[in-house]
Amino acid sequence: MIEPRLAAPRLSVEGLSSFYGSFQALFGLDFDLAPGEVLALIGANGAGKSTLLKTLTGLLKAPPGCIHHNGECLSTRTPATITRAGIAMVPEGRRLFATLTVEENLLIGGHVRRAGVWSLEAVYDLFPALRAKRHQLGPQLSGGQQQMVAIGRALMANPDLLLLDELSLGLAPVVVEEIYRALPRIVGPGISAILVEQDITRALAVSDRYLCLRGGRVVLAGPSAGASTAAIIDAYFGVSA
Amino acid sequence: MSIDQTLTAARAPSLAPTVPGIVPSAPSAARPSRAVLPARIAAAGLVVALATVPLWADPSTQRLAGEFTVFAALATLWNLLASYGGLLSVGQQAFVGIGGFALYGLSVLGGVPLLAALPLVALIGLAFAVPVAFLSLRLSGPYFAIGTWAIAEVLRLAVMLFPALGGGSGSSLPLDVLRTLGEDRASRSLAIYETGFVIAAACVAMTALLLRSRWGLGLRALRDSEVAAESVGVRVRPLKLLLFSLVGMMTSLVGAVVVMQKLRVAPDPQFSVVDWTAFVIFMVVLGGYGTIEGPLLGAALFLVLREVLADYGAAYPIVLGLIAIGVTLKMKDGLWGALGGPRRWPILPILRRPPA
Amino acid sequence: MIWINALVQGLLLGGIYALAAAGLALVFGVMRIINMAHGEVIVLSAFLTQMVTGALGINPMLAAVLILPLMAALGYGLQRGLINRAVRSDPLPALIMTFGLSIIAQNVLVTLFSADSRRLDVGPLATASLRLMPGISVGVLPLAMFAVAVAALVMLHTLFYRTGAGRAFRATAIDADIARTMGLDTDHVYGLVTAIAFALAALAGIFLGIYSSFDPFIGPSRLIFAFEVIVIGGMGSIYGALAGGMILGVSQALGAQINPQLQQLAGHLVFLAVILLRPQGLFARNRS
Repeated sequence: MIEPRLAAPRLSVEGLSSFYGSFQALFGLDFDLAPGEVLALIGANGAGKSTLLKTLTGLLKAPPGCIHHNGECLSTRTPATITRAGIAMVPEGRRLFATLTVEENLLIGGHVRRAGVWSLEAVYDLFPALRAKRHQLGPQLSGGQQQMVAIGRALMANPDLLLLDELSLGLAPVVVEEIYRALPRIVGPGISAILVEQDITRALAVSDRYLCLRGGRVVLAGPSAGASTAAIIDAYFGVSA
Repeated sequence: MSIDQTLTAARAPSLAPTVPGIVPSAPSAARPSRAVLPARIAAAGLVVALATVPLWADPSTQRLAGEFTVFAALATLWNLLASYGGLLSVGQQAFVGIGGFALYGLSVLGGVPLLAALPLVALIGLAFAVPVAFLSLRLSGPYFAIGTWAIAEVLRLAVMLFPALGGGSGSSLPLDVLRTLGEDRASRSLAIYETGFVIAAACVAMTALLLRSRWGLGLRALRDSEVAAESVGVRVRPLKLLLFSLVGMMTSLVGAVVVMQKLRVAPDPQFSVVDWTAFVIFMVVLGGYGTIEGPLLGAALFLVLREVLADYGAAYPIVLGLIAIGVTLKMKDGLWGALGGPRRWPILPILRRPPA
Repeated sequence: MIWINALVQGLLLGGIYALAAAGLALVFGVMRIINMAHGEVIVLSAFLTQMVTGALGINPMLAAVLILPLMAALGYGLQRGLINRAVRSDPLPALIMTFGLSIIAQNVLVTLFSADSRRLDVGPLATASLRLMPGISVGVLPLAMFAVAVAALVMLHTLFYRTGAGRAFRATAIDADIARTMGLDTDHVYGLVTAIAFALAALAGIFLGIYSSFDPFIGPSRLIFAFEVIVIGGMGSIYGALAGGMILGVSQALGAQINPQLQQLAGHLVFLAVILLRPQGLFARNRS
């Protein structure tokens, strides 16, 4: 692995492999994430980005000993335990509970009752548009507003590690702008985040470091500031020499 | 390479883990056994033995073999409907009932000789199957399942309203009707047995041929993903209607065989959900769901088990229920799957050869 | 007048049918499985109630206080211990498992209790009646059972749509994976849902055991009635189940008035008509 290991990482991943039945999707990933750090995950469809996030949340089983969160091993834990430990996800495609109201979606997010700055009121302060729509159902909202609900729902768990899967998926550029402008407040001080984003430029602009995945492996990594877009595109498509 | 080409090259296969619908799990050891040829010969031998039962078996063995042909047929048909059509029906007893009462009506009330009545029974079965299919397919998933059962109940109650059909307690096949099979008891029992065998063989053959045909491919695509199948032009709804109707028709014929074997017909036994559905489903799952050989193996095991537990009354259904639960928990591919399944023992080749 | 009496009787019976259906609908709504042994839960409750009333000498209605929690506990244990392993995208394992349980239950019951038909005895309450208007009288017992059934359904609705637990049930029903990532223990949720379903079925079982006779093999017919109620009333709607129950009850009562042999058939025909004309049910919600 390219990066040195950290002393007290928020997240430490070692030799992580992940499988869908007998199909291997991740091959021995290694990386650390510092507290307060934003890591961008870049890669084409099928490279393994969502698989990694699903494995981190426990929806896919990881081999024992591969994932440590704040020093505690989470590899074989259930998703509920992992969320209670402080990892929350904004899923790809939002996946709101379609017949629950906006407020009910947020309240479910807070089911784990972790202490922290986020509450129903705090989420409505962050996204005022939602306050007016609190009793409406997800499908009645615009794409951008649904994304806000999904983000708010994850925040209600007061995580110290936020997993953001393709925030911009299916949204108009103007709306994407708005959401990314709120990112510094979403990922508050001390909160770590892993951000999956197709748009390389935007991903680099909002992150501290990046990992480029291809075929389930890390093919390139480094600090986001000053990263070579050309090198990344090469790694992304695998056309390097 | 252009950007488009590189993007296409970089796309990995879909990561969707679960295949929607009912799919038997693929065994990991998929090499054919070296003993396939001897296995095929043994299988052929068994078929011949089964076909010639009246020649070599004593009456009670013949009766058991006759029951085997009935259950083999029902299990094969249910398996076709469920694992290849994705249609979980718990109402096939409707057709066992229809077939049985159709035979009774045609032969006793209509004076048609028993064997000649069989094609008519098939037609009547088909005539009922189409509207039943149409109605039940308006419900989906588990609702479809119980819907078929509710419809079977309607038919059972309806039949009981007709005193000419025996009313609630049923009636026997009179001797003059039985004589249309043959003058003496031996030739009659031969005719009854062989009818059962032929129909069972027809069901298995029909299943194998169907799966090899163009429709069969469509069916297997349907099972794997309805949405995907539709998007490549497989017409889902007509296919399901066709399959359900065909299976209903064949099941009616089996119902007629049941009446011939029992020499009588009555609403409750003829429309029994336990005998013709619960036990049949258990057989399929025990033997090996999703294969052609599995249901046959299951039917045989079931009958063996019944003979062994014959003296213990209610213990038998309880044991069967426990085994069924155990199989769903531990042995999802049934006994045939545990032995290696069709990949290891390709006795009946149903996989289509791609055009050369 | 007899027709109006039949109508009223049917409406009141419908409340009990709705109760029988609610448990089935609950399990299907949250877990997407049909409990083929639901009828046996209903029948078992009646048998247990008879044992309790025989042993303690109390009224069956009072025995409910013991039987309901007992059945709820049984449901929770069975779900977490066994049926949870069959809850997945493939519906066949759950079908087989519950079918197996159904057959086991029927045969255990007949071994313990014999196949004789029997009834729960409530004493003089059985025939007490109230006169609503000249010519129309209604049994006190059916009226009381209807009231309790409606109350139970209202409580269920409130639980589902106005409490945090209900919110958790609904979220799990819609998207179990995401619900897990919100910290919900879906195994526990499924257990609770089955516990509630069993309690509702137990209440229906006691009422039906008072209202009409029962035997070890009557489970399937109860299951089919419950299912028909859901189809008629609309999937996913608790109050739809009440409406469906009343429609089924009335159909059966009116059918019986025409000809006693037509009682069940009349209900079945209405059910078939609904499948034909409006398969999603008369009062369907979009989702449960």
